[in-house]
Amino acid sequence: MQAFSQLLDSLIYTRSRNAKLDLIGAYLKAAPDPDRGWALAALTGDLSLPAVQPSIIRALVSQRVDPVLFGLSYDYVGDLAETAALIWPGADMPDAAPPRLSEVVNELQLLTRAQAPVVMTRLLDRLDANARFALLKLATGGMRVGVSARLAKTAFAEAFALDADDVEEVWHAVAPPYTALFAWAEGTGPRPSPEDAPVFRPFMLAHPLEDRDVDLTDYAAEWKWDGIRVQLVHVGGETRLYSRAGDDITRSFPDVAESYQTPGVVDGELLVRGDVQGGEAASFNALQQRLGRKTVSSAMLSDFPAFVRLYDILFDGPEDLRPQPWTERRIRLETFMSRLDRDRFDLSPLVDVPDFSALEELRLGARDAAIEGLMLKRRDSPYISGRRVGLWYKWKRDPLVADCVMMYAQRGHGKRSSYYSDYTFGCWTENGELLPVGKAYSGFTDEELMMLDRFVRNNTVARFGPVREVEKTLVLEVAFDSIHASKRHKSGLAMRFPRINRIRTDKPAAEADRIETLRRMVR
Amino acid sequence: MAFRSSWIEAHPTGIYLPSADAWIDPAAPVDRAIITHGHSDHARGGHRAVLATRETLAIMECRYGPQTGQALAYGEAVRIGDVDLRLVPAGHVLGSAQAVLECRGERVVVSGDYKRRPDPTCAPFEPVPCDVFVTEATFALPVFRHPPIGDEIGRLLAARQAQPDRAILIGAYALGKAQRVIAELRRHGYERPLFIHGALQRLCDLYRELGVALGELLPISDLKPAALAGEIVLAPPSALNDRWSRRLPDPITAMASGWMRVRQRARQRGVEMPLVISDHADWDELTATIREIAPGEVWVTHGREDALVHWCHQHQIAARELTLVGREDEDD
Repeated sequence: MQAFSQLLDSLIYTRSRNAKLDLIGAYLKAAPDPDRGWALAALTGDLSLPAVQPSIIRALVSQRVDPVLFGLSYDYVGDLAETAALIWPGADMPDAAPPRLSEVVNELQLLTRAQAPVVMTRLLDRLDANARFALLKLATGGMRVGVSARLAKTAFAEAFALDADDVEEVWHAVAPPYTALFAWAEGTGPRPSPEDAPVFRPFMLAHPLEDRDVDLTDYAAEWKWDGIRVQLVHVGGETRLYSRAGDDITRSFPDVAESYQTPGVVDGELLVRGDVQGGEAASFNALQQRLGRKTVSSAMLSDFPAFVRLYDILFDGPEDLRPQPWTERRIRLETFMSRLDRDRFDLSPLVDVPDFSALEELRLGARDAAIEGLMLKRRDSPYISGRRVGLWYKWKRDPLVADCVMMYAQRGHGKRSSYYSDYTFGCWTENGELLPVGKAYSGFTDEELMMLDRFVRNNTVARFGPVREVEKTLVLEVAFDSIHASKRHKSGLAMRFPRINRIRTDKPAAEADRIETLRRMVR
Repeated sequence: MAFRSSWIEAHPTGIYLPSADAWIDPAAPVDRAIITHGHSDHARGGHRAVLATRETLAIMECRYGPQTGQALAYGEAVRIGDVDLRLVPAGHVLGSAQAVLECRGERVVVSGDYKRRPDPTCAPFEPVPCDVFVTEATFALPVFRHPPIGDEIGRLLAARQAQPDRAILIGAYALGKAQRVIAELRRHGYERPLFIHGALQRLCDLYRELGVALGELLPISDLKPAALAGEIVLAPPSALNDRWSRRLPDPITAMASGWMRVRQRARQRGVEMPLVISDHADWDELTATIREIAPGEVWVTHGREDALVHWCHQHQIAARELTLVGREDEDD
């Protein structure tokens, strides 16, 4: 446990990517099996210890610490594991021989929810504050140590001189604590084979186009749909749906999964059909009804039927098409498409215009709620995981902007912890009342954050738990991708991707935008 | 919202004594100011007359130029308006004082910023029984428990030995923290010259003039970067990530502050080696001090006021929040 908790601490305090790779690599080479495998699983997010819920941690701490002080501390620190680790009135003399990581994981894996409080208490009492932090991070998941799954896998690959994409492919054929993986890496075992398993392949991503301008003889143009990017895999009689991050979301979309029974791997945009659109693709807002649900009711399935608009094909049966140029894959995709259910799948059409300026015009005129912008794909590009300069570009519609007034603020989490970084803002009604229209927690620089944080502290008029109400004097120019009717805010409006564009200290609050103006932006 | 009693008033801009027309640590220039210590959120420039310890006055002169005022030794009594005032040590930084105010049989202690840990650069906090104790609350959450300073200095020296090719760059507030870290390094047997950023020079010189031994301090300006490998360098926190620090050979960036107890705070500042060293009382010190002094009422100034007020109420101690403007969290 000590080596693992030291690794976590070092990672937290290390900024450079290379230094992080070195730290993880050194740990993976030095630590014994199966400790290192569990540590790797923790970093990649593949370790699941469902018995220890955050609610159990909260309850345990509340037995030992005044709940109000715990609440204020949590609000300040912005991270449950860290708050609990610091506030836990542990023994001043922690265990001289603290448990090994694998012992802890084994114990927590076998735990029922009923046993969790007793076991966690005993473990917390045996550890010092740093190891308590590691334990709680491990138990509740979500390390937040500035390491993505991708980075952890890259560190593993580099430590053992393997190809990172190869590791990514093999990954889905192995399970924690990855003893077979380490055996392969150290040359003492065979390469784990993903061929017969419905595994995730990393997505190909795009760079923003920004001010570039491309020649359409080299690039194909395609709409960028406003749903969620998915990968559909069918192999060995099994179907899986993966999100962009590689999460298995098959269970949230049984309607789509059941109708994909053709061996192969395709890439597309998951959308729902909306009534308003006459059965056409609905806005992201409608799709949100289906997201993040563990079980899906039949009403959901019929009210918001999901379908996938296909962009690309990675495998046709067992044949790997990724090295082929995009034009070739597009032809294969069109053929493949003919074998799929028309109700659940369609092809993302290509945008056929003579030149770039015509494209620009088209983009400005795009009014379809399900369109987020345009994609430009090099006609000869292979399908490569991640973002590769020059191959794919995304060209989003220009954001909408509105001048809003800051109304409430809350402290942030993670990197922003203990600063007031989440802002609710509003616009004026006809009668001069301010109603909330959205909430944003990005778009500002670190210096601007300091300024906003100071504004909140010095202009608080009321507190509601962790929320501070502020003087309605600061105008924030908010940029957003679109705006929809919604019951989330009293104004009846909700923004998609709102972010703070500028802080308008120059503008009096009374001159901020009216709700009416925003309502006219709803499509 | 101002709180008023018969002879002492709390305003957002400071604590006010009407009969003397004097303010304690006011946020804006006034005619008569009583200053608890030299940190800039308590001691501002531009007052017409200042009453403070000799050391605090010297610090203010160092920062703002000549001051008109009266130096008061610890324990020396003076009458202003109809209030009897004396200053007693607060243990925060050199010259820091609590203002002990008495009038009509009531005693109010304005403690300014304070700590209870031993500090080789200043006189230790002196508890004074009183009716109203005005306390800070910078670290008033039970997550803040500062470790013994010896542990932190030990980690620092161990890191230096483990990575002799790198310089160690410590961010430390220019007044108090920097000198305390230097003095603690000396106390732990570190006798090599220490290298300091230009912004620390004048205050370090002043500390020495006022009798605090700091050993050999050198400016880094005329050295070749490679010569700093394995050396310890101190700079104000603002210089940690700026161009100045790039001349150092692959420095280990450390920061000496009570905020370093929270990992994400250390991360926000890009600190590789957080040193939990604070000149403020931690949660245990704050609550133990209130218990020890056992005042009739506690007024809580800047920081996590809500938590400390809640704790007081739970322990049947009357307490209220004073909302003071302009107090900064970051300078520890």
